[in-house]
Amino acid sequence: MTTGSSATPQAAEGDRMQKLSASAHERAALRRNGIVDRVFELTTRGSALMVLLLLGTITGSLVLAGWPALSELGLSFFTEDRWAANVNRFGALPAIYGTLVTSLIAIAIAIPVSLGIAIFLTEICPPKMRRTIGTMIELLAGVPSIIYGMWGMEVLAPFLQSHFPSVFPAGTGLTTAGLILAIMIIPFITAVTRDVMNTVPPIMRESAYGLGCTTWEVVRHVIFPSVKAGMLGGVILGLGRALGETMAVTFVIGNNLFLNPTVTGQGTSIAALIANQFSEADGLQRSALLLLGLVLFLITFAVLALARFMLRRMDRRAP
Amino acid sequence: MNMRSENFTMAPRQTPKNASGITNAAAVPAKLSVNDLNFYYGDFQAIKNVSMEIPSNQVTAYIGPSGCGKSTLLRCFNRMHDLYPGLKTKGGILLDGQDINASGVDINLLRARIGMVFQKPTPFPMSVYDNIAFGVKLYERLSRRDMDERVEWALKKAALWNEVKDKLKTNGQALSGGQQQRLCIARTIAVKPEVILLDEPTSALDPISTGYIEDLIHELKTDYTIVIVTHNMQQAARVSDVTAFMYLGELIECGQTDQIFTHPEKKQTEDYITGRYG
Repeated sequence: MTTGSSATPQAAEGDRMQKLSASAHERAALRRNGIVDRVFELTTRGSALMVLLLLGTITGSLVLAGWPALSELGLSFFTEDRWAANVNRFGALPAIYGTLVTSLIAIAIAIPVSLGIAIFLTEICPPKMRRTIGTMIELLAGVPSIIYGMWGMEVLAPFLQSHFPSVFPAGTGLTTAGLILAIMIIPFITAVTRDVMNTVPPIMRESAYGLGCTTWEVVRHVIFPSVKAGMLGGVILGLGRALGETMAVTFVIGNNLFLNPTVTGQGTSIAALIANQFSEADGLQRSALLLLGLVLFLITFAVLALARFMLRRMDRRAP
Repeated sequence: MNMRSENFTMAPRQTPKNASGITNAAAVPAKLSVNDLNFYYGDFQAIKNVSMEIPSNQVTAYIGPSGCGKSTLLRCFNRMHDLYPGLKTKGGILLDGQDINASGVDINLLRARIGMVFQKPTPFPMSVYDNIAFGVKLYERLSRRDMDERVEWALKKAALWNEVKDKLKTNGQALSGGQQQRLCIARTIAVKPEVILLDEPTSALDPISTGYIEDLIHELKTDYTIVIVTHNMQQAARVSDVTAFMYLGELIECGQTDQIFTHPEKKQTEDYITGRYG
């Protein structure tokens, strides 16, 4: 193997062999790289497994902690229309109802507004203004939720109360919370929608304009169909935030623990109820609150799963 | 082909700033005339004093190295530049003698009269059928049957009908690259424009698809005035009747394709065609 001559076929073979088998120096390098690779793989795998572990632990502890309440209250936890700790009646219905209604109101307002802002920013707005408005939207996304809560309580609720007293007798309520939530999630949905709209290649726009389309027709028939799947991602992000938002909602939702099946009346949400009572709760009440937490967790989970399902279906329809 | 050599007598166009724009005499009427056109991207002047005429029902090809302004010029014809701020056109472009930049011109109608096909296929996110019907619906109200006929007509014209007639309902973006580009041509034809602008229409396609599209260009010129920008000189030689050579924003030479490729008048044209720069 040490011969450098390739005069005979055997020697030529030997040369090739030598090139393929590593020298001592190369073997050391390979071993070193092998170890680095192994460490790298283990750390990344570990980080990924950590997510599963965390998720499992959180779910597990919620189930364990909520179990006493579930076994004691049974189905009445989901059917009882009031949450009255003093008489040991714990019905999740008002909170679940409040959570879903406020989030739906928020999404119903936020989707068209965000879409409008995103269309304006990407299709109509002059570039200089585009940057200013874009930055302001990002700032809006960064406002802490307690600020929104205080603003909602000090400004929005009194405004609604004085201008529409028949609809908002107290100012606060589910719709007020929905409005605040809408304001909070609009920046998220707008940012995502704008980003996916920017991924539509300019040449696509140009070919639609080239046919004689107006801006509206381009947006309606070409841009929107290409981005709706991506936009759904932003909507889900917003919905996730709306479902779990605690501080701002607690300020303006009214904290009425009896089921009030209207959309403007006062109510409560899962997060608001937990935030209000958890620090002073023990025994069955504490367990019931933790069970409520599990319900919120499952609702959020279900929403995400639904979104994935819808995305997959959209992808299948538009290959 | 013989018609062309008989009818086309090229004569130098007398313009003070640029005497090199050569165009045909009265034999073939001009569909588009460019009069002393200047175009600016902000401070950068991309087109300098271009004057020429684009004959009706002929194929006019623009050649020249990258950045010479040929695509920019093409996009002046349907005012695509209006989509972007900071771009400025000076000078006139006449479509059938009418200034397309005049204040009363409806830009959407103009673009319906002057269709465009781009470098890359851009089927819309909708079915093959709707890709064609979409543009037609913008300006015409057709019954279901008339629309079916129009779609079939356009797809046949674009030599795509046989390949897609059984999958009109499938998404246009699911077709192959060459089919997508023919779909885009069909879509452009379907609105019955008068002029078709082709901006390097085959640059993203394989040779077979390119061949289809070049054949198509030949057939389409009986009904339409065609303007094509191409990087590929052989393509210009194959498909065009008139060739214009541009360099650094100027129109260096314009004339009958045969003549440009065999006896160019300008040294620069000859250098480019023989591959000495570009």
